[in-house]
Amino acid sequence: MIAALLLLPCLGGLAAFCLPSDRFRPLLLPVCGLGHLVLTFLVIQGGQGTPLSLAGNWIAVDPLSRLILLIVSLLFCGCSFYAVGYLRYRIAWGNRIFVSCLLIFLAAMSLAAVARHLGLLWVAVEATTVASAPLIYYNRNRFSIEATWKYLILCSVGIALAMLGILFVAYAALAGGAQVSLQFDDILRGAASYSTPWLRAGFVFLLVGFGTKAGFAPLHTWKPDAYGEAPGVVGALLAGGLTSLAFLALLRTLQIMEAAGDGAVAREAFLAMGLVSLGFAAVFVIRQPDFKRLLAYSSVEHMGILAIGVAIGGVATFGAMLHLMNNALTKGVLFLSAGNIHRRFASKRVGEVQGAITLVPVSASLFLLGFLAITGSPPFAPFISEFTILRGIFNGGHYLTGGLFLFFLAVIFIGMGSTVLSVVFGTPTERKGDPDYRETMVTTGTPLVLLLIILFLGIYLPEPARKLFAEAADLLEVRP
Amino acid sequence: MDNYNPANLLLLLVILFNFFLLGSSRLNACIRSVAIQGGILSLLPLFLHGFSGHSLILAGGAFLLKGLAIPFLLLRAIRQVHIRREMEPLLGYVPTLLLGTLATAGAFIFSDRLPLIEIHRGSLFIPVGLATLATGFLMLITRRKAITQALGYLIFENGVFIFGMLLAEAMPLMVEAGVLLDLLVAVFVMGIVMHQINREFSTMNTDQLSSLRE
Repeated sequence: MIAALLLLPCLGGLAAFCLPSDRFRPLLLPVCGLGHLVLTFLVIQGGQGTPLSLAGNWIAVDPLSRLILLIVSLLFCGCSFYAVGYLRYRIAWGNRIFVSCLLIFLAAMSLAAVARHLGLLWVAVEATTVASAPLIYYNRNRFSIEATWKYLILCSVGIALAMLGILFVAYAALAGGAQVSLQFDDILRGAASYSTPWLRAGFVFLLVGFGTKAGFAPLHTWKPDAYGEAPGVVGALLAGGLTSLAFLALLRTLQIMEAAGDGAVAREAFLAMGLVSLGFAAVFVIRQPDFKRLLAYSSVEHMGILAIGVAIGGVATFGAMLHLMNNALTKGVLFLSAGNIHRRFASKRVGEVQGAITLVPVSASLFLLGFLAITGSPPFAPFISEFTILRGIFNGGHYLTGGLFLFFLAVIFIGMGSTVLSVVFGTPTERKGDPDYRETMVTTGTPLVLLLIILFLGIYLPEPARKLFAEAADLLEVRP
Repeated sequence: MDNYNPANLLLLLVILFNFFLLGSSRLNACIRSVAIQGGILSLLPLFLHGFSGHSLILAGGAFLLKGLAIPFLLLRAIRQVHIRREMEPLLGYVPTLLLGTLATAGAFIFSDRLPLIEIHRGSLFIPVGLATLATGFLMLITRRKAITQALGYLIFENGVFIFGMLLAEAMPLMVEAGVLLDLLVAVFVMGIVMHQINREFSTMNTDQLSSLRE
């Protein structure tokens, strides 16, 4: 089952590369996306009783993998339908590389989600970097080159640092006289006897390395550029899929630190990173003139919220797991609807884009609702998860953290609000833009469905889903 | 310590190439020295772990990729865009060389204080690894051309590779292969992006890449 899950997008990518027709090639995306989603559900269902594993336990599915796999698969499936509409609009540009890279990107993300070996995890995460770089460059102008180069260099160097961290963890085993292995279960079993200084050094490098990929401040500098210049559908996959995955890698390092009995240090580091990210996001969100870059800072903010949730522990960890899903899907809504607005106005600057609600009514409404959802307004699901994290913070007696958390969230709400409102309302600007652009079923349907999922999860959390989140949270709460 | 001697000689050569890279402005020579550095490193597993199947394949793979394929891609990239020299680096060659020397000295002093296990004490692997990492970082932050930044990244990866040598048993061959493959594809994509940068800006200086900012 897992093998099929990994092979399907790979084969799809290969087929996309070989297929000669630009018109029919994008149809491979929903086929693979739906297939991947079905396989993911099968893996999640089948995985409850027996642990699924493959290739000498290098690949296995635990509750965290299930959660991340579901997030990535849901988001990709939605984006794949949207991409068909988008690529039809951009038919003149060709899409061979774009479609192939999207599918390879999906394969790499799935591999990273189920990797049970630190080396394999690293290989998969680096593969996501190289597979997504051509996607960012799709618009082929000087801005997208700049964004691609920054993304490629920063993430590659970041990931190289993570490799150093992995080597340090292995050295900690060597120095502690434990079995030297990077298989994750072996590490968790032996971590108690690891040499502490090397393990801590490894943790720092892993945190910086995968933190660059997840986009924690101040390592987030590639994010606004890449999200701003990439097509909306790529932005959605980066902000919802890739960052969740990098966060998974960070959670793995947290698990190792917990197993070594050094979890407190790791949690403090997570808390600091989280608060700094919230602070950075709050500063840059205010008067942000570019609504796609605005979403990038929102992504930095939500990485911060996730880190804080995990750092506090207890009920906040459950909130963070829930928030991983909510953030990914809401980012999908925002980026996809922002992409539609961007195409209608051929601009993403606030002064030039006004009154979107009269020209692209559905996308603009979705953008507005997505904004309300991501900033934690009820009845959407991010409200539940952010509130759960907040409850965890105050229950744990971290009043200063709680106060700062609320303050930054309020600032970000106001900052984002002023930009979003001026994009959505006001008198429409008609200076440039594409008056022939029409919203279609696929380009508005996808964000609508994602928004409905968010709304549904906010009103009612079904038992299987609750169990999925609770099991993932339990994995992080195991203390020796 | 005696069985480390050939390896130590190779590691000293690696340091010499670090200095050469920091001080040279000719891109062609720089790419070639990164290639030779990668080639030297690919011999290390043989000296360290003997002629086992694992080390032979690792050495062969690393030699093919680090010594031949990646430099070939980079040389092709600079031929396509007709550039020969790194003009005006952000920091002159002499200051970067001085910084490199300081970093290398620091690496040797620092690695004496690390809690290493008995057989690695006094070995050159750790200081040379650290010094190479520092060289890569210096290249990344002081040079403006996309190609020299890519070279900085490669030197950085070489530093990580030296560390990896100490832990060959932790890294299964499949993973090593994946790491090298990722590196190759990353350089391939970087080469394409460089070509596009050159086409769009008619220069490969990354300081042109400064329109995206707050």
